[in-house]
This record gives sequence, structure tokens and C-alpha cells, in this order.
Amino acid sequence: MLSKTVAELSAALDRKDVSSVELTQAYLDRIEKLNPDLNAYITVCKEQALKQAAEADKQRAAGNSTPFTGIPIAHKDIFCTRDVLTTCGSRMLHNFVSPYDASVVERLQQAGAVTLGKTNMDEFAMGSSNETSYYGPVRNPWDSSRVPGGSSGGSAAAVAADLCAIATGTDTGGSIRQPASFCGITGLKPTYGRVSRFGMIAFASSLDQAGPLSKSAEDAALMMNAIAGLDSRDSTSLDHPAEDFTAHLQQSLKGLRIGLPRDHFTADLNPAVQTILQDAIKVLESLGASVTEVDLPHNHLSVPAYYVVAPAEASANLSRYDGVRFGHRAENPVNLEDLYKRSRSEGFGDEVKRRIMVGTYALSAGYYDAYYKKAQKIRRLIKQDFDEAFKSVDVILGPTSPHTAFKLGEKNADPVTMYLEDIYTIAVNLAGIPGMSLPAGMLQGLPIGMQLVGPAFSEARLLNVAHQFQLNTDWHQRRPEVK
Amino acid sequence: MSWETVIGLEVHVQLATASKLFSGSSTAFGAEPNTQANIYDLALPGTLPVMNEEVLRMAVSFGLAVDAEIGKRSVFDRKNYFYPDLPKGYQISQLDHPTVGKGSLRIVMDDGSEKVIGITRAHIEEDAGKSLHEDFQGMSGIDLNRAGTPLLEIVSEPDLRNAKEAVAYLKKLHSIILYLGISDGNMSQGSMRCDANVSVRRKGETEFGTRTEIKNINSFRFVEKAINHEVQRQIDLIEDGGRVIQETRLYDSDRDETRSMRSKEVANDYRYFPEPDLLPVVIDDAYIDAVRATMPELPDARCSRFVKQYGLSEYDADVLTSSRAMADYFEQVAQLCGDAKLSANWVTVDLLGLLNKQDLDIQQSPVTPTQLGTLISRIKDNTISGKIAKTVFEALTEGESDVDQIIESRGLKQVTDTGAIEKLVDDVIAANPDQVAQYKGGKEAVFGYFVGQAMKISKGKANPAQLNELLRKKLSE
Repeated sequence: MLSKTVAELSAALDRKDVSSVELTQAYLDRIEKLNPDLNAYITVCKEQALKQAAEADKQRAAGNSTPFTGIPIAHKDIFCTRDVLTTCGSRMLHNFVSPYDASVVERLQQAGAVTLGKTNMDEFAMGSSNETSYYGPVRNPWDSSRVPGGSSGGSAAAVAADLCAIATGTDTGGSIRQPASFCGITGLKPTYGRVSRFGMIAFASSLDQAGPLSKSAEDAALMMNAIAGLDSRDSTSLDHPAEDFTAHLQQSLKGLRIGLPRDHFTADLNPAVQTILQDAIKVLESLGASVTEVDLPHNHLSVPAYYVVAPAEASANLSRYDGVRFGHRAENPVNLEDLYKRSRSEGFGDEVKRRIMVGTYALSAGYYDAYYKKAQKIRRLIKQDFDEAFKSVDVILGPTSPHTAFKLGEKNADPVTMYLEDIYTIAVNLAGIPGMSLPAGMLQGLPIGMQLVGPAFSEARLLNVAHQFQLNTDWHQRRPEVK
Repeated sequence: MSWETVIGLEVHVQLATASKLFSGSSTAFGAEPNTQANIYDLALPGTLPVMNEEVLRMAVSFGLAVDAEIGKRSVFDRKNYFYPDLPKGYQISQLDHPTVGKGSLRIVMDDGSEKVIGITRAHIEEDAGKSLHEDFQGMSGIDLNRAGTPLLEIVSEPDLRNAKEAVAYLKKLHSIILYLGISDGNMSQGSMRCDANVSVRRKGETEFGTRTEIKNINSFRFVEKAINHEVQRQIDLIEDGGRVIQETRLYDSDRDETRSMRSKEVANDYRYFPEPDLLPVVIDDAYIDAVRATMPELPDARCSRFVKQYGLSEYDADVLTSSRAMADYFEQVAQLCGDAKLSANWVTVDLLGLLNKQDLDIQQSPVTPTQLGTLISRIKDNTISGKIAKTVFEALTEGESDVDQIIESRGLKQVTDTGAIEKLVDDVIAANPDQVAQYKGGKEAVFGYFVGQAMKISKGKANPAQLNELLRKKLSE
């Protein structure tokens, strides 16, 4: 039962095969059993979840239900949740209980979802392995010696290990898609501005975007229906007409034009991954899609551009953590400077400090033009590359990550090696367009993800392609055996 | 040695919106600390700015009032620095694309000379909170009620050449802001704060001298004193062989001196970059026209209208339009009594004299426009003389409210009955045979003596015109 999709569970709740209280209790039991090893959750909201489940059962019985009524879900600990600890994976917020709900949390709650808890993540979403969390690394359910990816590693592991039905995540440079790929699940990063950032703790404001980590493309569409849409509390939220993301799931792929970026399929890509992608492409071709190569000539500049823009924004976004009003505060400060220095030195981990320093440097007088301004120019070029490519294709297909999940500690020594993990995903954030990762095969017992990228507001089309692929493959149904 | 002073002013004006620039908290002054700070003002994680559109309208109306270029696409930037009363660790401001661009403003000096002062720009930004350094046993308290209040920072060109010009410029800005109703302009509460950039150079030089910035001068009087003090300090320094260093100085009004605050030579790097949480503010001509349509008549336009419509002197018109409240007051009085010139006299001489003496604003005037208008009407309809009117005015300032009742109860009504005046004249002539003889002998000046005597007997109530006429008639008989 716990491995079922949201769509299946919703039907089961409707049929009264199971109640939300029973379902919630079952997930809570499994969390209690497995979380000590996986470390996917930072906070489990047992009492609150059971209360919400009981209320959801009443709503379903009364006929007031949405697909999420009574569905147990998890939120990445980057989303503020009223009266619940919200840490963002940082010691800085180890004591922060939010007085308000994030827009995403609020909307899912209004849809009747049950919040099981808050999932582990890289500190302030800065990382690709979940190893920068103050709460310790998350383990990959497929192999506990390996990382789940990051930064939404806790959400990805929780979904893969059936510790929830579906989870929220955020993606600034690949933080939904890469862990989805490593954990063998489906993850969608929507168009920038589609999902409100209100109440989502900022890393890089112009890149951050919330989205689902799910067991199927259909579930991702259901969650998009709940969370997407204009929010007056986020000025960058887009006023795009509401749409039903499930409406086109059944559409045929006949005539679909798929583009393969030439520079994604080179010697740098693990050959076995390449073979698996070729097999996936064959499936799509058999469903009526055609394939051509496309050029993204500035893609190789996306990592350096990202590591200027994101840290620059982060350096300002993280200034508010000063020990004055909330969060970690150094003990017995002798003066203001001491309060600042020690609160921040103690509260932030190494990776966060590194990015604050990089970002501060990039914005400094005399360096601004050479770094920040140039990075913004590259950003425009990358956007133009995609605009150009989408004149001749509907979606772009490629790897999500160059390889399968790596070992804990394997890439910690050199930050740049870790940064290059996001080589295929970062350009999508810089361009503000939607991208998703879905399971496309297995390599030595570990899942491999395939990335689909489309033009702005093409989520429904991406979900359609993914759903049709999932109707004809079973990679997304594979589950790790977690002991 | 002859010196020239160069002054530029940066004026921060708190805009009179009900809520803050980027949050829904109230901006009211004087509430209990931190009762007007919501999750955004506290910079809680995950909170985002949402612009108060009223601020944009106010900034654009100011731009139009000073004939400025209006930024069709203004961009907010983050100005980064750490301070406890700056909750986000950055201030949202406008660096390269302010809402108001180049404009200008006309000032009139006491001698009637005019000068046009350039305005470089005016940008929208957030105010900071307040640090409270008393009563916390060695710690500082933070009050975030003011944090996020909208400010318009108005930057002038270095066109001002002495402290009096600076004050005239500041007063003109103050007047425009009050006319537009975009701020209460209260300097003592900090709704309008002035920083002055001051430098001196030898007459004839074209390069500017090194400037200092005097911070937070909170009254018109202090602006003049602070600048004069700083100018003298700089001149003395240079004449003694020293040099001015670029720095920020604080004006101490108690000791009437400026002193060094911090050196700008170790300047802060604010690491400005475009605010990613806000989209650029894009406006079109239709928006600008709509703002223009809601703007009141401004001081310069109103001044010329007063000259044209009411036949006032330039000087009177300028005084009357220096504040919107005063101009409104005058127009109400003039409308009620139908005599603009007489109204102008009463407002500029009697009323202003009274207000100055009691140190009151026109809004606090003890005499209402209706009272003054009625009073002047009573002069016009010959109920009282101009002289008696002063007595009634005094009664009004002392708290009596009804003009007609004052006239009635104190028996101030003018005597216009010809028989009564004739008797008065006869009595005066009969009692002063010597003066009558002098007058008849050709000494015209004695006439005034008769008038005075008659007024004295009538306690000033005899109608002067009738009295004059009858006196002349009887004396020439």
C-alpha cells in the first residue's frame, strides 16, 4: 500500500479500502523504523499528521475531497511551516519555529494533504549530495553507502523508500532533478514564477523554484494542480492562466519532436548511461516521436555563470541571519561585531560560508563587471540557446546527471568536482524554463534519470511525455529494498 | 581672500502612506516599539517584498512637480550592509534606474532674486529601524516600527552657493511635498531629514573643493547654522595651511558645531545588485498622465494665479502660496468677504504676525478662515471700522468665536446715524474755538486734530467717511 502513487491512494481512500488515519499511521510506523538509518526526515509531525488525517477522513466521507485529501506527504525543510521547526538543514535555524506557512504548504493543506514531517536537505539548499546538512547526510535507499543527491535529498529518499506518498522540493540548480535521478523517482522543476516562493527560504532568489518529487508523472501533475498559480505575496509569481496539468497526460506522442543536445552526449558521459538513454529514446520513438540533434553552444558556461549568480544572491539573502532577531545567537557576545562574527561562524557550515564569500567577492567594487555582470550576460546567451532550439523541437532530452549516485564522502574533498555534478541541470534554472527527471533505467542496481526540458509553461507537455513513457516502461515502479 | 561655497543637499522624505513600502504594516509614528513590524519587517526566512503602489504614485507626482524625467522602468537594488536596525542586512533602494530623474526647482530669495536649482534624481528606498541605546544595561534595543517605511531621497545638484539658498531650497521642497500631500514633512519627527554636502573654493576656481557631508540636520534653522559653521571651519582649515578631508560629520545643535563621524576614505562597499525579489517597475504615459490629473495646483502656478486673478503683489502672492494650507486659508477668506487685497493684508500682516508671535502653524491658527472672512465683511459693510476690526480680531485670538456677537456685546458697531455724527461734530467745534480759528486761518493740518477728538469721544465708533465729510462741511460754513 505504501508504495502506491497519490492517484492510486486517492482511489483507495475513495473506495474506503483504507482510511487516511490508517495510511498515515502506517507511514509513521515505517518512518519510525527506517528513518534512523536513512535520516530522510529532520522533523516528524506525528500528532499533527494524525489529526489532519482524521479531519481528511471526515472531509472525504462528506464528499468534500480533492485528490490530496488524506494523502500523507512530506515537505522539504526549506518551506516554512507554522508552529513546526523549520531548519533549512542549518544550525543557524536549529531553533526556528515559523509563525507562518509557506504558500506551497498552505495550498497543499487546503487541498487536504496530511503533513508527515520535514525532510532533510543540504544546508540552505547548497549542495548536490545532502552531505552539507547540519542534521547529517541522508542515505540513498538503494545503497546506504551512497548519497541520495541534493539538495532535496531527504524528500527524494523519503519518496523512494515509501516514507511518504509524495514530497515537495526546491530546485535552484538541479536540486529536485538530480536527487530524483539518484533515487529513481520523478521530479519536476517548474517554470520560474509558476510556484510561489512565499515562505520558501531563499537561496538564490532568481533561480529558486519549488516542485514535486513523486512516484509518477501523473502524481507530479496532481501536485502541480495544487501548488501552481499566481500568489500576490511573491512579486515574481507569474500571472499565467490556471491549467489542469493532468489534462494532456493521455495525449499521443505522435509528431513529438525531441532534441538531443550534442554536447550532452559526449565522452564525458558514462557510456552505460548513454546506452540506457538510447534505449529510452527508442521507446519514445516507438510512440511516434522523432529525434534530432540540437546545439546549446553556451551550456558549458552554465556552471561558472551559476556559481557567480547564485552565491551573489545568496550572500545577500543570508545576511538576515545575524543572531539579532531569531535563529542561532552566540552566547555572551562582548559587542555587536562579536555577536555577528560568532553567530554566523557557529551557525553556518563550510559550504554556506564558502558561497557567501564567493558571492560577496563577485559583487565587490571593481569585480562586479567582471563577474556578476558577465554572468548575467551568459545567462541571456543560455536563454537564447534554448529559445533557438525550441524553434525546431518540442522537448530536449538528455541525462539528468553524468552518473549514478556516488559514495558518501567521495566528492567532498574538492568543491568544484561537486559543482560539476549539476552540469546538465543548471542551464535550465538560468533560463527559467521547466525541466524534469524521470527514471530511465538501472545501472548496477542504481537508478538512472533522464531529463526532459521544455520552453516556459510547457510543464503539461513534459508531464505528458513522461506519463506516456511511464505507461510503456516500469522503471518508475522499481523500489529499493530498504532494510 | 574671497571664497565661494558649494552646497548640494540630499533630502530624505518619509512618504505618507498608510502602510510600509514592501509590507502591510502601519507606518504611524509613536507606537510601542516593534508593534508595527510583521514577518517581512522582521526579515523572517522566506518572506518577500511586495511593492506598495501608492509609493510609486507619490514619487511620480513629485517628479512631475519638479519637471523631472520620469523613469518609465525603474529598478530596485539591494544595498548591502550589516546593522541591527536593518533586519535583512540590505536596504532595498534604487541605484541606476531611479523613478525620478533630472529635474529642477525655482527658489526666491528675500531680496526677490530668483534662482533655479537642479535636482539630480529622486529614488525610492526603505527606511531603517531605530537603535535605542538607553535602558538596556549595556545592550542596545531595536525598534523596527520605522523599518521599511517608504522614503524618497531627493538629491540636488551642487547648485547652492550659501546657507540661505540651501534653506530656501529646502523650504521650497517642503512646500511642494506638502502641496502634493505626499509627506507630513515634519522635520522634528524625522519625516524630512537633510544631509548637506559642503565644500569651499577660491572665487574663480572651476574645480570643486573636497566636500564633507553633514548628516541628519533636523530643522531649517539648523541647516543654516550647520552649513555656516562648516563653511567657516573649512575656510579656517585651508587658510591655516591644512586640507579638508572627505568625511561624514554630525551637526551638534547644542554646541553649534560639526564633528567627524567617520571617514569616507575607508568607504563602505555596499555591493549593490538588482533586487531579484522584485520585477522592474514599468509605467507608461497613460499612468503618468493619470497621476498628473490628480495633482493639485503647485506653489509657482498658484502664485502667478494670485497675482493675475486677485491683483496681489508678487511678494504677497509668494508669501501666501509658500504653503498650501496658507494659500487655502487665504482663498477661503477672500471668497467669503469678496475683497482679495484686504484679505491678503489681514492674512500676511495680522494673522502671520499672530502666528509668528505664538509660534503656531497656520493649521493651528486660533482664528478660522470663516471668522476672519466675516470680520473683513463687517469692515466692508461699514458695520465696523478697520481700526475697530483689530479689537475684534484680538477678541477672536483670545477665544471668542462669533464676530457679530463680539461687535454687538462690546458695542463696537460703527455710528452711521447722520444726526448723531452731526451732534458729535458740533460738540467738537464748539469745544475747540482756538483750533477752529487756526483752521479757518488756513492751517489745514488741524483737521486731523478734530477727527481725533471726535473719534476719542465716540470711542472710535464714528464712521470715518461720514465724520470727515461733516467736519469739512461744518468747518467751512
